[in-house]
Amino acid sequence: MTFVLLAEQILNGIQFGIMLFLMAAGLTLIFGVMGLINLAHGSLYMIGAFSAAAVAGMTGSFILALLAALTASAAAGALVELLVIRRLYNKDHLDQVLATFALILIFSEGTRWIFGSFPLFLDIPDPLSGPVTIPGGIQYPLYRLVLIGAGLFISIGLGFMITKTRIGIQIRAGENDREMIAALGINISGLYTLIFSLGAALAGLAGALVGAIQSVQVGMGEPVLILAFVVIVIGGIGSIKGALIGALLVGLTDTLGSIFLPELLKLVTDPSTATSIGSSLSSMAIYILMGAILIWRPTGLFGIKP
Amino acid sequence: MMREYYLNTIILGIFIIIPIWAFIMDEPFTITLMTRAAIFALAAVGLNIALGLGGLVSLGHATFFGIGGYSMGILAYHAQTFTPLMEWPILVSGSKLMPLIWINAVIMSAVAGLLIGILSLRTSGVYFIMITLAFGQMFFFFSISWSAYGGEDGLSIYIRNSFPGLNTLVPIHYYTLCITLLCAVLWINSRLIKSPFGIALNAARQVPARVETVGLNPVRLKLAAFIMSGTVTGLAGALFADLNRFVSPTMFSWQTSGEIMVFVIIGGVGRLFGPVVGALVFVALEHWLGGLSDFWHIYLGLLLLGIVLFGRGGLIGMICGEARLHE
Repeated sequence: MTFVLLAEQILNGIQFGIMLFLMAAGLTLIFGVMGLINLAHGSLYMIGAFSAAAVAGMTGSFILALLAALTASAAAGALVELLVIRRLYNKDHLDQVLATFALILIFSEGTRWIFGSFPLFLDIPDPLSGPVTIPGGIQYPLYRLVLIGAGLFISIGLGFMITKTRIGIQIRAGENDREMIAALGINISGLYTLIFSLGAALAGLAGALVGAIQSVQVGMGEPVLILAFVVIVIGGIGSIKGALIGALLVGLTDTLGSIFLPELLKLVTDPSTATSIGSSLSSMAIYILMGAILIWRPTGLFGIKP
Repeated sequence: MMREYYLNTIILGIFIIIPIWAFIMDEPFTITLMTRAAIFALAAVGLNIALGLGGLVSLGHATFFGIGGYSMGILAYHAQTFTPLMEWPILVSGSKLMPLIWINAVIMSAVAGLLIGILSLRTSGVYFIMITLAFGQMFFFFSISWSAYGGEDGLSIYIRNSFPGLNTLVPIHYYTLCITLLCAVLWINSRLIKSPFGIALNAARQVPARVETVGLNPVRLKLAAFIMSGTVTGLAGALFADLNRFVSPTMFSWQTSGEIMVFVIIGGVGRLFGPVVGALVFVALEHWLGGLSDFWHIYLGLLLLGIVLFGRGGLIGMICGEARLHE
């Protein structure tokens, strides 16, 4: 176990965590302000990745691809909000789960219908491909560093927007008391549509950015969606700060667990059992983490106590 | 508006007449489809105990479905390879006998239900949905990495397990077993709703504070409901694995949890026959729409959206109107 391996894995964990944060931020905002559980958030991630891959395939430009991902997912988000989601705000969680599960079926099969079942590929743009040497003599893929940078930049921008701008004040007011801000003359349904498409755009961007290092295929959104749920539950639903910390915790646990758990078990048992038990344990590690945190604090790390 | 009682009789009639017709016309595939519907119905009847009676929105019932499936898979695998399940402290060998497998599935599901229930019921509302989902995922990933029992590929069982006095490989025999179990569970369920426990549970769903003031513990009531619910879904899992003679991690996947929930919602939450109608409609749609288009999930999605947005109380609610408590 060397320092270089450890540093690499920590960076991988942070990169994974930051991308999860982009998904989780939208989910937690939507839940915090509108009280809505949106299972279809993973579909918006998929829409981002597919539109990026399609536009990159046509034009060859990565910047255009990212713009397409943002536009397409924000537009899909706004459309879904106007047609379906706004009818769900006053319904109970069960109806929300079911309706957004139905949206997943529609989006997934619709995408399969348009693009087919084979995965698409989105290439890392040339200037960003290949490794760079970072202090400590570690070779690390430049693109992943860019992902960390871009994610941090967006997180800071989001934090600034929520705390300092007029729209951010409206969002926070909406989390505290929706009737009151409507009474103060703010167009609440317009605000809801805006928040929903903002969350959708973040998910779509995450999909496009991750799409360059994974294959773009139908169903890619759901594993990430479930991890994003784990993130917001750990962080406390509705809290952006909680989402950031939860995302980094989940990212690091997942990445470090799969490398180090088998190694740790090798100290106590023989290598083959250690590898098999270690890999089962590490795939369960984040859910064990979540269970433990919920038992300790039933509303998450930064959640509001009922 | 039709009385719910008459509708239930008609549905039960469908489950009896169609297989008899298919048996006379020699159409074993139709019987297999009806078996599938009966098993899905059983799984959903299980979920309905937690969801409809207890108000527990569990998005992790695939856990029990999968545990039931693997109970059958593991026992039958050891029986067909003639290897002992464990040698210490007592020798336990595999089994191909259905009643044993069912008892095992029920016990395992009950244990899992107890553990998951105790932990999950510390939370409520949306956190409960998420934590049950997370437990489901935990089992899903565990089954994928558990290479001793097939891992990602699952386990194939060559010959369907046996039941004394029946030839389970004949579709109508296996169907008879499944439908008998379904009817038995539905009967128990109808008694359960009217029992003191069912009434207390119903109250615990609606106003937990009042239940507490009369000296009952709402969390304990919900835990009991969650465990019962899990055992029924677990039994359905064992039957489903035997129908396909195959178990795989798909049984643990969260899509399975979603589908079991869909059966309950299509039919009507909290109605005795809601899950049965839902499962029947789902299997019919799967068969007909699946034959018309490869993308039949789009239509299923649209139907589901329509029921959630415009139909109160699922299909039974549309036909019979609002549920009446004393009928």
